Amino acid sequence: MLWYLGRRLLQVIPVFLGATLLLYALVFLRPGDPVNALGGERGLPEAVQDEIRARYNLDQPFLVQYLLFLRGVFTLDFGVDFRGREILDVMAGAFPVTFQLALMALAIEAIFGVGFGLVAGMRKGGWFDGSVLVMSLFVIAVPTFVIGFVAQLGLGVRLGWFPVTAGRDPDFYSLLMPAIVLGAVSFAYVLRLTRTSVAENLSADYVRTARAKGLQRSQVTGRHVLRNSLIPVVTFLGADLGNLMAGAIVTEGIFNINGVGGTLYDAIVRGENVTVVSLTTVLVLVYIAANLLVDLLYAALDPRIRYA
Amino acid sequence: MPENRYPSTPGQPAPRTGQEHYTAPFDEGGLGAVDAVETTEAPRSFWRESWREMRSRAMFWVAAAIIVLVLVVAAFPGLFTSVHPRLDCSLSLSLDGPTAGHPFGFDFQGCDIYARTVYGARASVLVGVMATAMVIVLGTAIGAIAGYYGGWFDTILSRITDIFFAIPLVLAAIVIMSITANRTSFTVAFVLALFGWTSIARITRGTVLSVKNNEFVTAARALGMGRGAILLKHVLPNSAAPIIVYATVALGTFIVAEATLSFLGIGLPPSVVSWGGDISTAQRAIRISPEIMLYPAGGLALTVLGFIMMGDVVRDALDPKARKR
Repeated sequence: MLWYLGRRLLQVIPVFLGATLLLYALVFLRPGDPVNALGGERGLPEAVQDEIRARYNLDQPFLVQYLLFLRGVFTLDFGVDFRGREILDVMAGAFPVTFQLALMALAIEAIFGVGFGLVAGMRKGGWFDGSVLVMSLFVIAVPTFVIGFVAQLGLGVRLGWFPVTAGRDPDFYSLLMPAIVLGAVSFAYVLRLTRTSVAENLSADYVRTARAKGLQRSQVTGRHVLRNSLIPVVTFLGADLGNLMAGAIVTEGIFNINGVGGTLYDAIVRGENVTVVSLTTVLVLVYIAANLLVDLLYAALDPRIRYA
Repeated sequence: MPENRYPSTPGQPAPRTGQEHYTAPFDEGGLGAVDAVETTEAPRSFWRESWREMRSRAMFWVAAAIIVLVLVVAAFPGLFTSVHPRLDCSLSLSLDGPTAGHPFGFDFQGCDIYARTVYGARASVLVGVMATAMVIVLGTAIGAIAGYYGGWFDTILSRITDIFFAIPLVLAAIVIMSITANRTSFTVAFVLALFGWTSIARITRGTVLSVKNNEFVTAARALGMGRGAILLKHVLPNSAAPIIVYATVALGTFIVAEATLSFLGIGLPPSVVSWGGDISTAQRAIRISPEIMLYPAGGLALTVLGFIMMGDVVRDALDPKARKR
């Protein structure tokens, strides 16, 4: 197990370096000069520009800049943005809300997706299966932002069941509707994945054996069918956490949540390159960590997988 | 190449001749099934069998009808409306309801919503088709080379795939599109493809790895065929099924991704009529007349629905495990 973990961690290093270098290159090699843009139409004197460039390491060659940034990541010193704010503070203000939102969406899609998918898969071809399948097709086909506006208008403005916007320091209740909207599409995918997987496993030999040896229905379903069907679902959920946090930019915009999405968009527009790469680096780290966790979860779910 | 008598799915070795059925010496009933097999007819290929399976499903025809309709609308919008989506607008008609000749009413700028919905199909279809085509070429090439040649190729290409996989699609698209000055359908499709090819590469690598150990590959090598020719003529055609299934669904998701980017204002420019852009402008008037958003959103949903349904049917047809007997 430890040996496997070590090898898996080693594999993460090139992925992390490659992904951050790629993002860094995309952001910093783009046309336009953010330092010159600071001065507006009149521009800044050369000496001031040089001073600013030196302060932000912008006078260094590209690779040196990247390595300095990497050192910052490991020492948790991301530097300051052009407005003098600590980038670490900017991130500390943005990530908790988005993380909470993404985790809520993940929980919603996992609980309801697996639940619905299990019932549908157990009775494949029945009326519940049919209606749930059609519903999942529609949820996938309608883009998240349309679902968001309809939910906001219908459930928020007209019916008044949920707060229309979340605003500053949102509580659990005001994040509930955004989380449902954010998790809706993935919920449909989880449902379909679980359904197919359950239906496939129901006809597997080990399920027949379990039934033949007289196990109760609930035990066959819970211990054998569900546990084995969860493997592809867990894979999907692990990869989805990163997508949810990055994809939250749309949901956060609709429900006025001050999270990563808004901060990132703001930073891109203002040319705050260091803020952009810092935020995206953390997103990539979350993504890598979630996938690592999923790999370790396999062992708990699949009796055939042993990391000896 | 002679037709494969026992077609197998990619990913599973073909059963050996004579091993499919075990018939007990005195079980005459078992032989009845063997005798019932028509021997005068040529054995059906995997693809023809799948096509027969697909044709028999009602969902296939529904999906095909939607896709054909959307493609025709995208190619010849002029057939469906004589109103220009951008020039025949009048601010005095802003947010007006449906009238004769304008069945969906007018949007914020006083443009005919029906015309805009019809003309919006082209952008979505164009981006979806181009991005999918690029993803298939790029993903299949990288996955096939990694899986077929193995060794260092595999190590390096797989790590590159991991790197691109670790960057969420929307995130990368936002970063790149915000720095792209000249935004057209092609650039949007290119950006989506640049970060969307990884799944196909992984799928292709997996199937190629299992297909290349089949006997027909060994036979082709024994006959003196070159490695590249074997890859193109034998391995890739037998790995195509899962790629086709994924590509059909991916087309739908690329259309949604394009709409999301246009909605955020960093996809197609406002001069291009697109469903994503129209939803974004309809959102400004959502409290007054929410029904405006319904039409571009409906067109978008219908298109994506068509491709996802088609993906479902194709998957069921190409995967014998899922076939109902």
